[in-house]
Amino acid sequence: MAAENLPELVLKQVDKYESVDSNVLAAVLETDHQNIIGAIKSLQCHEGLVEVEQRCSKKWLLTDEGKQLLREGSYEYNIYKLVPHEGISQARLMKIAINAKIGFSKAMSNKWIRVDKSGNMPMVFRNMEILEDETVKDLDLIQCSKSDLVRDRVLNELKKRKLATEVVMKSLFVKKGEKFTKKLEKPVTDLTTQMIQDYSWQTKNFKDYNYNAMGVFPAAGHLHPLMKVRSAYRQIFLEMGFTEMPTNNFVESAFWNFDALFQPQQHPARDAHDTFFTSNPSISTNLPPTYLERVKAVHSKGGFGSKGYRYDWKVEEAQKNVLRTHTTAVSARMLYMLAQQPVFKPVKYFSIDRVFRNETLDATHLAEFHQVEGVVADRSVTLGDLVGILYEFFHKLGMEKLRFKPAYNPYTEPSMEIFGYHEGLKKWVEIGNSGVFRPEMLRPMGLPEDVNVIAWGLSLERPTMIKLQIDNIRNLVGHKVDLEMVYESPICAMDINM
Amino acid sequence: MPTISVNREQLFKCLGKTYTEEEFDALCFDYGLELDEVTSEKELIEKEQGHTKAADGASDAIIYKIEVPANRYDLLCIEGLVQALKVFLQKESAPQYTLLPPGKGDVQEIVMTETTKEIRPFCVGAVLRNIKFTQENYNNFIDLQDKIHSSIGRKRTLVSIGTHDLDTIEGPFVYDAKPPADIKFVALNQEKAFTAPELMELYSKESHLKGYLPIIRDSPVYPIIYDKNGVVLSMPPIINGDHSKIKLTTTNVLIEITATDLTKATVALDTIVAMFSGYCQKPYEIEPVKIIHPDQKRVLTPELSYRSEIVFADHLNKKIGIKISADDVAKLLTKMCLKSEVISQETGEVKVTIPPTRSDVIHACDIIEDVAIAYGYNNIVKTLPRSMTIGSQQKSMKLSERVRIELAAAGFTEALTFSLCSRDDIGKKMRQEGGEMERAAVHIANPKTLEFQVVRTSLIPGLLKTIASNRKMPLPLKLFEIQEVVLKDDKRDTKARNERRIAAVHYNKTPGFEVIHGLLDRLMQILEVKCATGNPSLRDVGYYIRAADDKSYFPGRCAEIVFREEVVGMLGVLHPDVITAFDLVCPAAAMEINFEKFY
Repeated sequence: MAAENLPELVLKQVDKYESVDSNVLAAVLETDHQNIIGAIKSLQCHEGLVEVEQRCSKKWLLTDEGKQLLREGSYEYNIYKLVPHEGISQARLMKIAINAKIGFSKAMSNKWIRVDKSGNMPMVFRNMEILEDETVKDLDLIQCSKSDLVRDRVLNELKKRKLATEVVMKSLFVKKGEKFTKKLEKPVTDLTTQMIQDYSWQTKNFKDYNYNAMGVFPAAGHLHPLMKVRSAYRQIFLEMGFTEMPTNNFVESAFWNFDALFQPQQHPARDAHDTFFTSNPSISTNLPPTYLERVKAVHSKGGFGSKGYRYDWKVEEAQKNVLRTHTTAVSARMLYMLAQQPVFKPVKYFSIDRVFRNETLDATHLAEFHQVEGVVADRSVTLGDLVGILYEFFHKLGMEKLRFKPAYNPYTEPSMEIFGYHEGLKKWVEIGNSGVFRPEMLRPMGLPEDVNVIAWGLSLERPTMIKLQIDNIRNLVGHKVDLEMVYESPICAMDINM
Repeated sequence: MPTISVNREQLFKCLGKTYTEEEFDALCFDYGLELDEVTSEKELIEKEQGHTKAADGASDAIIYKIEVPANRYDLLCIEGLVQALKVFLQKESAPQYTLLPPGKGDVQEIVMTETTKEIRPFCVGAVLRNIKFTQENYNNFIDLQDKIHSSIGRKRTLVSIGTHDLDTIEGPFVYDAKPPADIKFVALNQEKAFTAPELMELYSKESHLKGYLPIIRDSPVYPIIYDKNGVVLSMPPIINGDHSKIKLTTTNVLIEITATDLTKATVALDTIVAMFSGYCQKPYEIEPVKIIHPDQKRVLTPELSYRSEIVFADHLNKKIGIKISADDVAKLLTKMCLKSEVISQETGEVKVTIPPTRSDVIHACDIIEDVAIAYGYNNIVKTLPRSMTIGSQQKSMKLSERVRIELAAAGFTEALTFSLCSRDDIGKKMRQEGGEMERAAVHIANPKTLEFQVVRTSLIPGLLKTIASNRKMPLPLKLFEIQEVVLKDDKRDTKARNERRIAAVHYNKTPGFEVIHGLLDRLMQILEVKCATGNPSLRDVGYYIRAADDKSYFPGRCAEIVFREEVVGMLGVLHPDVITAFDLVCPAAAMEINFEKFY
């Protein structure tokens, strides 16, 4: 009998009897009780199909020896039959009978036979006429589950002789449920095209969905988290009406990187310890000559109301090529170009790009990182405007509370370090630098006296590391990045839970 | 930013008030200082050497480490810091420094010789008369010299200071430059006299001095200062003589400063005398020294010059975005050690006096900053720039941003690799040693490690290195990057230019040329570039690939990407030697294309 049909066969029987014990089912369906139990359990998966209760019953069963006796007759009866009317020597009888000893003593105690020891050897004789093997008859009753017809004394006797044993039988009692049906439909896992087309979905049972399992992740490519953050920052600047600066020049002359920014030539930032110089190509040419003279003058002698740094400014130092240490070098080029326009027009510029520092590397410093920079050039723009625009900018990054600390920077005055209150870390963190570009930087370019330029800068990596809770920058940038982190990184909307 | 360590108890005693750490931190923040660390001598030693006897013996008095702005040399010692804060808190007014002739006898002279021009051409000096040293201020005096050496002195290259017990020597002094072999004296804390070359040899083993030796080592003449009896005061910028060294009992101090930058020497001298003349019998009075130049020009130093600037309240208000009166401007500036007085209420004209201690003030904008600091940055009302501007993007970025998303949607993951790499990364490992990729590269003059020898000329090595560090990830690995490489270019002022590229690598059990090829086709599709393969009439506007040879690629599995009949990139199966060179095991196909041709 095919196992898959069994549950339906069980249902048929339940239909017939209204309620039935699994033992009965096993007997009727001529299968092992365990199979019936399995079938009933599978029916229980269908809610309301059947009602099942567990039952215990005691039952007498034959032991293997009991079954053997049922087939071959009891030992005592066999002994009895071996005794002819004329008798038989005891020695011979014991030799030809199986389990003679048990059979002999049993037959003796039943007084079926007797022993005559008067001759020179003991002889066995029948004592009475026995027509039926009573033991086998009782065993047969037990085998047919009719042990109740056997007297208790006998049952105990059989138990003692290890021919029968009493066992506790667990069974299931099955009744029709409220949603009983004879025809069992196997639940299907999923809706198919076929089902939709032949409407069979209407009658199908669908297997329960396991809502606790994880879904299957989509096969997809992924964007790098730092680049996602860059996109978020670009969007903020664009929302605020800023124009992106062309930053596609990693190699820059010291002139634009430092001198134009009124950073003196002996400044420690211009040391080989801090800045990458390039050996090939080693110098820049074609620095704008008139402007260069004005820069030289403001450094060495002063001018535009400044005393200058009063040192011997060297063009050779300015010509040296470096890998730009900040994108402010680009801002300087842009402001210079702006100053060359016949009429001044207010601008807002931004850039986010790589800058390079020959620094000692550690968990938060790499030789290259991304600088975010915003610049506003306008007539009569104030320090208050800088504060205001920083609040707007950082508001878009989810930072509402800001504090400003006086700081020093060679090319801005006033200079302000920006601190933001991090709601997650519950503390003030330094989030950037800002200031008003010095007249010594702007005036030599040719910008009018009343044009002020406010600017701020921050690194892209630091807020991203805080956001993604990464404490080693190498796990975020560069080839040692764990691609799994890239695969799993969120959309990096900085204004949410930053 | 320089950091100074001050004893907390001493600091609060001088300030006349005990602060909690939070209160002092807040005061620092407002003034633009930073309370960097709270520690003790004991803790510092333990941090460096662990639990040692030295640590047990050390004091556990609290030390504040305070970061000061790099241009405020007047804050490099506790004397200056306390003075600035007390003036800021309006507990006292800034002292007036004056130059006085010596009480008796002539002014001290330092005669410069012609040869000093060859090595260290500037010299200034001053005398602190009747100074009273205590252990505390003596230590501060030494510390300040160290701080000045390392900051404004640029590790003694620009400025170096010698201080001497004037009573042990006799002027006039000579600042000379002599051949090293002609110099012989007993240097500070030495038992016997050494010649200059011997000293240089001796100090090459001393960690705190060996860094300064290169400043003069190769010069034919070494700077030397001696008195009228030939007693050597110092051999700048290396070491002082032992004879004239100052002690706790010294009462008259001669300060000499030699320099390669006169402005910085002047600032250094002004700072030292201003800070320590407070301990003189006549506080803040400084005895000048006459410097006689080789051309017989005579100059009295220190300068200690006060200068004044005129500012207008209205102008300051406009720059900061506040509205305060001329009186308030004067009051605020005076708090910042810039003594100011109102000239005219009507015009708001204020005369600001800049003392010699505020060498950082070189322009009106520095005065504006001090007004803003004294007003309180955090009290400034926020406003917004009024002009309307329209935002716009760089075309390259606008397109890159869109293409990045498309490539990720095509199943490739974005890598972000370094611009700097080793020469081997773009040469030997790519089987291009001495090739175009290496020749076009910008070389770094001062790399600290091999990883920063050149600026990359290809994005592919970075992608391969990314794969190498992610070999645990399930295959295939599909990576892309849209970034810039740098190529030498004589037409630019810097002789180099960036070029924006798109690169992609497919790494799997099989190379997947067709996968990379498919990515190229998809890229062209989204850029609306027609495929000219099998349709030669489209070659002027479209793209196709054609078989090519390149050492980085497997022979017979390499093609050029041709766009508008110009080669703009390459794709193919990477050469097995390239795979091995980057510590990879599986085959890979790669593509790199000059993106700039498409916008």
